[in-house]
Amino acid sequence: MKIYATYNIKGGVGKTTTAVNLAYLAATESKLRTVLWDLDPQGAASFMFRVKPRVKGGGKALIRGKRPLDDAIKGTDFDNLDLIPADFTYRNMDLLLDDAGGSDRKLAKLLAPLAAEYDAVFLDCPPSISLVSENVLHAADVIVVPLIPTTLSVRTLDQLTEFVDGFRGHRPDVLAFFSMVDRRKKLHKEITENLSSERPDVAVTVIPYLSIVENMSVERAPVTVFAPRSAAARAYRALWSEIRARTE
Amino acid sequence: MTPGLAGFIAAGQDTQTSDDVISEVLTALEQEFTLVPERGGSLRTAARRRTWFDTFDWRLYRAGLTLEYVPAHRGGELRLSGASSAAPPAPGSDVEQPVTGWQASRAHPLRDLPDGPITARIAGLVAPRALLPAVTVSDAATVRRLLNEDGKTVARLVIDQPSVPAAGEPPLPPRLTITEVRGYPGQARRAVRIVAGVVGVRPATEPVLAAALRAVGRRPGDYSNKVDAKITAVMPAAQAAATILLRLLDTIEANVPGVLRDIDTEFLHDLRVAVRRTRSAVKLFGDALTAPLAPRDSRLTGNDLARFAAEFKWVGDLTTPTRDLDVHLLGFEDTARALRAAKPDDLEPFRAFLAQRRLREFRALSRGLRSARFTALTQDWRERLTRIRESGSGRTAATGRSGQSGSPAGETAGTLGMERTRRAFAKVARRGAAIMPASPAESLHDLRKRCKELRYALEFFAPLFPPVAYGAVLGDLKRLQDCLGEFQDTEVQIGEIRVLATSMLAAGEAPAVTLLAMGEVTAGLAARQQAARAEFERRFAAFAGVDGQRRMSLLLRGGLA
Repeated sequence: MKIYATYNIKGGVGKTTTAVNLAYLAATESKLRTVLWDLDPQGAASFMFRVKPRVKGGGKALIRGKRPLDDAIKGTDFDNLDLIPADFTYRNMDLLLDDAGGSDRKLAKLLAPLAAEYDAVFLDCPPSISLVSENVLHAADVIVVPLIPTTLSVRTLDQLTEFVDGFRGHRPDVLAFFSMVDRRKKLHKEITENLSSERPDVAVTVIPYLSIVENMSVERAPVTVFAPRSAAARAYRALWSEIRARTE
Repeated sequence: MTPGLAGFIAAGQDTQTSDDVISEVLTALEQEFTLVPERGGSLRTAARRRTWFDTFDWRLYRAGLTLEYVPAHRGGELRLSGASSAAPPAPGSDVEQPVTGWQASRAHPLRDLPDGPITARIAGLVAPRALLPAVTVSDAATVRRLLNEDGKTVARLVIDQPSVPAAGEPPLPPRLTITEVRGYPGQARRAVRIVAGVVGVRPATEPVLAAALRAVGRRPGDYSNKVDAKITAVMPAAQAAATILLRLLDTIEANVPGVLRDIDTEFLHDLRVAVRRTRSAVKLFGDALTAPLAPRDSRLTGNDLARFAAEFKWVGDLTTPTRDLDVHLLGFEDTARALRAAKPDDLEPFRAFLAQRRLREFRALSRGLRSARFTALTQDWRERLTRIRESGSGRTAATGRSGQSGSPAGETAGTLGMERTRRAFAKVARRGAAIMPASPAESLHDLRKRCKELRYALEFFAPLFPPVAYGAVLGDLKRLQDCLGEFQDTEVQIGEIRVLATSMLAAGEAPAVTLLAMGEVTAGLAARQQAARAEFERRFAAFAGVDGQRRMSLLLRGGLA
């Protein structure tokens, strides 16, 4: 079982759309038994799959192990793809993790039993630096980092890499890619071209800024479902191929 | 998609067609859910053909397994379901294995199965039988998603339209399955309740296999080499005797096509057993067929009986050479592996010689089974037995216990069965007790024959015995028979190998190493024979000692109760 986490300290960079599209491609095109855990209390990924953002007993029951993660799983409309929905109580997950001993490995332990049932797990993380994100980074095998092409965002990537390098034992691969790229903007063009070629931890594939991606919240489905031949769908397919090839 | 939660058949009621039922199911579900076609592609999936395979005697079915072959563009796939055929397949119990060169229309010996999980699971169960196509079903599925108020799929309705090409029209009634989406069990249960409430829908308690077999006039488990004659204790003896013999004739005739096509060696084995049982039955209670109580126009004369007995002996003798060679060839791998001084390859010329011999003997056997003599025998035998059975049907013999040997007039099946079984047991007990350590091998061979007669008597009249007492007696008898069988079979094989060695030498096909290896094989057989001889006293005492005699008399009393 491989665990992928879409993570960025900033919000609005395309974490959820990335997690939703990649999980869908993993399940349907790579035929991996896949589950996506919507860890963001806003529940955007759950909304996209039309699943109510509610978990019986809330985050507390899951974190304390009173209810196995397995119990919270909902089937999506697609073969091979399941979802663990968001819950509004996830906003307190930091406190819950703290109460449960403050371990940064708690999430990894909760996920371990899923290995019998799934080949791929996607974690859609809330934008923050917290005990939750530390848990996510420790649990993940691959951290997929969507970046807006700005100079500052590159600094964020460096900080993350440095943080992960400090891990003892298991260290995830970090792979960033540029998201919401507007080729008409000179700065976007320069940064994506330069950094993709200069840095091994930045993917060659970029996800362009396209209004069809925003339509995902209207269609409530991955872009590859309602617009399978669109440029956006092609870009996500290329990104998934590159991630798999570089992290095998 | 998760496995089916509940299956139904859109059977229709009165003038309702299955299309009417389906449209009512859709209307009923639409009251609660939004129904949309499955995503991606057409509503109806391409027709899929599936062929069920099993051995002639349904070994997989009896073990609760279903083996399905699905042809594909290249090769195909076997699928083994571990559920009992009496219930829908249990989720997650299927095993799959790709195969190449399979055809849905022909028998496949086990060697056609490549190594794989299915082979590992069934080889021991199936061997030495071949897998035969039982029935082919073609089906096309239509899938609709059931959406909740958020537009989320919460269950699916799968409509399967199976048809049996061999049976032609009409197709089998459509099957409806509600499948659950994980995390939405309540909605799936709700959908199941709605479907179940539609008039013309009934639960699918019968698997598609059974329905398809029925469409071609068969049923699972429709062949067994067991006697299983439908007799009762109060039936007139003549009618019971004819019923048992007709059942044996069914088995003989059922196996002839398989023998002639040389599908697997068990067809001949079962045919031989049925012939041997027939001969034993004629000897054991043939006089019941000649009894004056049977109407004069239907009963057999003593001469008729002697003629049929001679003809069945002819059939038995006709089958012996091929079967003997089959036994050598079936055990060949084990024999070769057991060699210590010689190498397994040393025996290869022997194997080739056996195979060549078998081919010759098989031709003679085929000629015999295709002959007018064999056809006349089975037709005539059936006609005479049917007349006797029908002349006695509906009648109940005068109750009473004649107990007089050779005078079955007015006897019931109960008294006939108990008396003849008692007599067969007495013979076994008497002759077995007379065997001393120094007794010649012939006395054990003779005892083996008497044991077979007793065993057959028990099997013929099995429905009349109390099951528990029957099982206890049969278990001990089987163990005694195994011991006697080992003693005689090893001796016969030693003799045969000697004759074969002489023939090979005469034909110039006997390398020295092969003869040496054959010598080692006979030495091994001789050791087994000695071991069987040493075991005899213990086995005999267990069966026919004081306890054994008590068990037998309990059994016979129970049969008359």
